[in-house]
Amino acid sequence: MAKSITQEFTKGLWDEIPPFRLVLGLCPTLAVTKSVENGLGMGVAVIFVLVCSNMLVSLLRNIIPPKVRIACFIVIIATFVIVVELLMQAYTYPLFLKLGIFIPLIVVNCVVLGRAEAFAYKNGIVRSIVDGFGIGAGFTISLVAIGALREVFGSGTFFGIPVFGPSFQPFTFMIEAPGAFVCLGLMLSLMNLAGNE
Amino acid sequence: MREIIKMVVVLTVLSAFSGGLLAAIRGETKVKIEDQQLKFVKGPAINKILEGCSNDPIADRFKIKDGDIERSFFVGVFDGKANRFAFEGTGKGFGGDIGLMVGVNIDNDQIVGMGVTTHSETPGIGSKAKTDPKFSDQFKGLAAIEPCKVKPDGGGIDAISGATVTSRGVCVGVTNAANIYKRLKPQIAEKLKEFK
Repeated sequence: MAKSITQEFTKGLWDEIPPFRLVLGLCPTLAVTKSVENGLGMGVAVIFVLVCSNMLVSLLRNIIPPKVRIACFIVIIATFVIVVELLMQAYTYPLFLKLGIFIPLIVVNCVVLGRAEAFAYKNGIVRSIVDGFGIGAGFTISLVAIGALREVFGSGTFFGIPVFGPSFQPFTFMIEAPGAFVCLGLMLSLMNLAGNE
Repeated sequence: MREIIKMVVVLTVLSAFSGGLLAAIRGETKVKIEDQQLKFVKGPAINKILEGCSNDPIADRFKIKDGDIERSFFVGVFDGKANRFAFEGTGKGFGGDIGLMVGVNIDNDQIVGMGVTTHSETPGIGSKAKTDPKFSDQFKGLAAIEPCKVKPDGGGIDAISGATVTSRGVCVGVTNAANIYKRLKPQIAEKLKEFK
């Protein structure tokens, strides 16, 4: 049974939320979520790339020969990633400095390639755009949630604004790499707990 | 056979289109990106070197061709006179290239300040070259036409403890900058006259 347009969007927010349900795109999820700002910036970049690449893949799906489809997807995705990279350098340079190598690495983000292969190559253009938005929004929400958890406990701030009194001792473990794994694990288990009921 | 031709054509057209799009966007954003880099990477060092000037050194800049390279100079106006400027030099440090800005007063050939902009030195040790004012302040007042060296090499600069290689790299960078200054002084003086 075909899903309605709204369902295509909302599935990305819960049923198929990328890092938690699909467990895809973990590299940026773990690496850039030191703060809410970084998570949000990364999420917005991924939304842009996802929507544009889904749109173009869906538009060209009858022209692209099946044997070279992955190569074509990568060309399309890489193009939009470099567009994002250039725009970020031109307009939000401090954010670009923080995200650094993880912007170019969106090219090999499984979420983006996965949606092109599993969805956009088989569906119409409107549905593909909606799917890109939904999955991208889900990815952004996940990054912001992990970022918030790590930033609040790891540096005692939210979006750079202090949330605790001056006596707060930051739990720096949270903003280091192992803290990312612990956060992701905790959130995965919570999601599974909520999903089983 | 037809399939192969189709594959080749599709991929070629796609790549060509992608290349064209990127070239166009790069052309559009090039100036803007350069501005941003100046503002966030070199800007703080430039403003510190030319502290107290009455103009905006990042806006008041000019370029001089030096062989194949175009070098940027940032002008600082003091008491209505454009006699100080900052420009870039590079040296080799412990972890790679060290980029730095050197400020020179053209009236007496003296260095007015030095600030490291980019480096990949060890955090907490070599990185002090950028953050420790005690180290960078030593360059103030040195003659901009002479090579600059750390004390173990017979010069006058106290190296950062534990980071002799980094300190030496910074000195090489300043010396390189001094060589550029010596080479381009007439052109610089000419250009500075335009800023009054």
